[in-house]
Amino acid sequence: EDKEEDESTEEDNGSQQNRASRRKNYQRRNGDGKKAREERSQKKGRGKTAPNKDQKESENKEKKTTKRGKEGENKQKKDRKNSISSSSNSSDEESLSEEELAMLKEQVEQKKKLISTMRNKPWRMVKKLSVLREAQDFVEKFEGALGKGKGKKLYAYKMMMAKKWVKFKRDFENFKTQCIPWEMKIKEVESHFGSSVASYFIFLRWMYGVNLVLFGLIFGLVIIPEVLMGMPYGSLPRKTVPRAEQATAMDFSVLWDFEGYIKYSALFYGYYNNQRTIGWLKYRLPMAYFMVGISVFGYSLMVVIRSMARNANESTGDGDDDNFIFSWKMFTSWDYLIGNPETADNKFASITTSFKESIVDEQESNKDENIHLRRFLRVLANVLIICCLCGSGYLIYFVVKRSQTFSKMQNVGWYERNEVEIVMSLLGMFCPPLFETIAALENYHPRIGLKWQLGRIFALFLGNLYTFLLALMDDVNEKLAEEDVVKNITHWTLLGHHNSSAGNDSTVTPPPLDPADVPRGPCWETTVGIEFVRLTVSDILVTYITILVGDFIRACFVRFVNYCWCWDLEAGFPSYAEFDISGNVLGLVFNQGMIWMGSFYAPGLVGINVLRLLTSMYFQCWAVMSSNVPHARVFKASKSNNFYMGLVLLILFLSLLPVAYTIMSLPPSFDCGPFSGKKRMYDVIQETIELDFPLFVAKIFSYVANPGLIIPAILLMVLTIYYLNAVSKAYQRANAELKKKMQMQREEEKNKRNNKASTNPMLQDLEDLLTPSTKTESPPKQAEDKKMESQNGTGPAGKPGRGEFLAGSPMARGRGAFTPPSQVFATQPRTLGARAPHPGQPRPWGHPLGPVPGRGRGQPCY
Amino acid sequence: TCGGSGAMGGSASLIPRDLLGEYQELTFLSKQEILLAYKRFSELLPKEERENACSTRVPKSQILTLPELRANPFQHRICHVFSTSETRDDSMSFEDFLDMLSVFSDSATSDVKSHYAFRIFDFDDDGTLDRKDLEQLVNCLTGQGEESRLSSAEMEQLIQNILDESDIDKDGTINLSEFQHVVSRSPDFARCAAHQRVA
Repeated sequence: EDKEEDESTEEDNGSQQNRASRRKNYQRRNGDGKKAREERSQKKGRGKTAPNKDQKESENKEKKTTKRGKEGENKQKKDRKNSISSSSNSSDEESLSEEELAMLKEQVEQKKKLISTMRNKPWRMVKKLSVLREAQDFVEKFEGALGKGKGKKLYAYKMMMAKKWVKFKRDFENFKTQCIPWEMKIKEVESHFGSSVASYFIFLRWMYGVNLVLFGLIFGLVIIPEVLMGMPYGSLPRKTVPRAEQATAMDFSVLWDFEGYIKYSALFYGYYNNQRTIGWLKYRLPMAYFMVGISVFGYSLMVVIRSMARNANESTGDGDDDNFIFSWKMFTSWDYLIGNPETADNKFASITTSFKESIVDEQESNKDENIHLRRFLRVLANVLIICCLCGSGYLIYFVVKRSQTFSKMQNVGWYERNEVEIVMSLLGMFCPPLFETIAALENYHPRIGLKWQLGRIFALFLGNLYTFLLALMDDVNEKLAEEDVVKNITHWTLLGHHNSSAGNDSTVTPPPLDPADVPRGPCWETTVGIEFVRLTVSDILVTYITILVGDFIRACFVRFVNYCWCWDLEAGFPSYAEFDISGNVLGLVFNQGMIWMGSFYAPGLVGINVLRLLTSMYFQCWAVMSSNVPHARVFKASKSNNFYMGLVLLILFLSLLPVAYTIMSLPPSFDCGPFSGKKRMYDVIQETIELDFPLFVAKIFSYVANPGLIIPAILLMVLTIYYLNAVSKAYQRANAELKKKMQMQREEEKNKRNNKASTNPMLQDLEDLLTPSTKTESPPKQAEDKKMESQNGTGPAGKPGRGEFLAGSPMARGRGAFTPPSQVFATQPRTLGARAPHPGQPRPWGHPLGPVPGRGRGQPCY
Repeated sequence: TCGGSGAMGGSASLIPRDLLGEYQELTFLSKQEILLAYKRFSELLPKEERENACSTRVPKSQILTLPELRANPFQHRICHVFSTSETRDDSMSFEDFLDMLSVFSDSATSDVKSHYAFRIFDFDDDGTLDRKDLEQLVNCLTGQGEESRLSSAEMEQLIQNILDESDIDKDGTINLSEFQHVVSRSPDFARCAAHQRVA
């Protein structure tokens, strides 16, 4: 140990001595200051007594020291009396004590800093404890001495508050860590499967948190007010099941398709009334609906970007530096989170292969004849995958188109009704494994391979989703055309009803038409909402069934049938499933995209999603622990999961687009939803401003909304982005420049070493001339020599441990102390350095029989 | 130092309050984690010694039964580095245990981590990583199985490559500052020693 230990203790002793001396110094000075103050206070009559023993002791010491001090000061006083007036004298005293105070303050600050950074010191706990206590005592003792007069109390108070604040912060941190759910579960998974699998669960937990907030927003501000204060079910046509559907409205098969009573509930857009205010609170529900819809996106954007920024800040190490491939493999490849022997075995195997691979790579990096084959395979793989993507996109478009014809027909079967969802789920289930098979052609590093895989599945899902959206948009347009017709019918029906009842009996007000009988428009918003809810639910079911069948039942089969089977099932064909990180992450991300898109038209969707995430946390944790095996090539998650976050951000943006389009450019249905009767949904803002705010607000708003102002504002933003981008580019360039400089320096240093190891005789002669004649000493120990020789014959210079060897030479200290000629070689191209060692190498270091006779141990180099 | 008096009553507060505060100040662990660590630590002791878990040492064989260390190829080194035992039997006191957990915790700085990683990798405790250390390190990382071992030529090549990269002053060994320089630039390092043991 114990060099290290010795060093640290030495360092410790040093610092303690240093501290002690500083303290003494302080006490002396403090004594002076105190004395000065005491003298002043003595005139008034001796005041306060020392609050504690320590201080008394120190005062006693001070008294001893004061005698000397007094003499000195008396002398000074005499001098001053001779020359300077008394007023200046007192001011001098004042400044003196202030200076001391500043010093004291500085020391206290230093101690505090020490206390706060103590945990960063690689010391033993015993030592840390003692140093901490000492520092704390010091701070406690002298903190009170700081500040004077009125300031003193304030200072003490401030200190106390600071202490309290620190304690509070610590408690709060403790509380916060206690509030993080599933920590134990995730750690358990982590120790069995390594950090990459755990990163999925951490991501799932984060997603759950975000959804919980969205759920709170939507339920607290939209659904609950509507349920509590809005008109009850059955009071309006939009809140009533139509007469034709009433017979089957409670059937499970109907409810399962989110028709019937569920369709006419607060879970969907169509249920909400366009009344401006509801209840005794005069709650502006349409306004709230609109604002919540916007703030769902606003909050999500903010959270995603904030966590991305935080991740980016944390990742200081730039991984693109490939100078240390082997060292990193060596020093950082073990995943310390692994606690499972089986995983550990896999990890050993993967480390070994990666070592072997990198050695082979290094050996063959120049003559890679397989590069063409590999390139060809990669291109082929990409072509195949693009074919798959196009095929799946077309399939979905075809299916959605067909489902529109089905929806017009009566009496269609279960399969026809759910064809879209089934096809999409099947594609999502079978394409990723297919991609994985194709990706085996490419032979990437697993971490890069994972990224490619993620990108491809992402493209697949995105294509599917957007095809689905396009088809849905066609549907919506058809519905809009249909609506115009229905609108007239409704109008005439109501009018006719009114006329007929008026014609029968003019004295009695006509009985209102039952809301169930009023003809309805198609209400495209609810249709869209239902589509998303159904898609989400079928996605949940498919995911769970896949886990159950593909993982659990497979595991059971492999485990129990293995006893009576002709080949080894566990090692052979079916074996156990691995946890599919990429598929799961993307499933989660796309599910979230669906939630974002659907939540405007189906406010209840977020509630479903919260339940989904909650159950899948437990279910997937259980499934992973019970039926999956660790990856054959265990690899660590990369440090920042900004990649996931980037996916989320992209999906968020992409799901914002269709929603924004429908809000901005489609007219809302005339007879359902909070915005019915308006030309556009955003008219609700204008209405609120005109009716609820004073006139000048409306004026300001109209000015702000003026294109003449908006366009310059956008221009300004674009310019700012451009400017900031340019600045960051400049920083990047500066960074790259600095990095290059550092590399140059390093290369130079290397070259210097190499050159030094192999300097030509001329240089050696020169150095021989320069070194003083301390060459008479005996050659150094042979054992040391052997060691050095075995290490490629390089010199020991610059190493503190063996510094005393070289003490005789002025050249020995540091790397910078080379003679000028070596600089010439240092700047020469590397090839020289690489080739050069050979002539110099055979000369043993310090050997008396070297080409230059009589060289002793004073020589720093050969 | 740590008064493990059972008289304190509550199961959680076997560590005095102020000491707990100091531990929080000195480690990267939160209060719950320290208490959990205490629990785990005292579970390693025989029943009769649990009362004063703070002042007793747990022998190495017991420490190695922790599931988190069982699979770790550096288990002996870890015990050795963090132990303060005078008899060199690598037994651990509670404070040593806390030291270890703190270094392995998520929030520990990479400086501390790399310092201890260096000492763990320094098999012969001479303050530098020389060829023998690196060889042993590779053997630890490739596991015990015969088929996973590297051949001696491969080993030679590997160690040479590592020295070429990391040994900046070309003295044939890697010292602490070189190690920290290399490791601090690795994108993986901060994660490689994240904590699991507690919590």
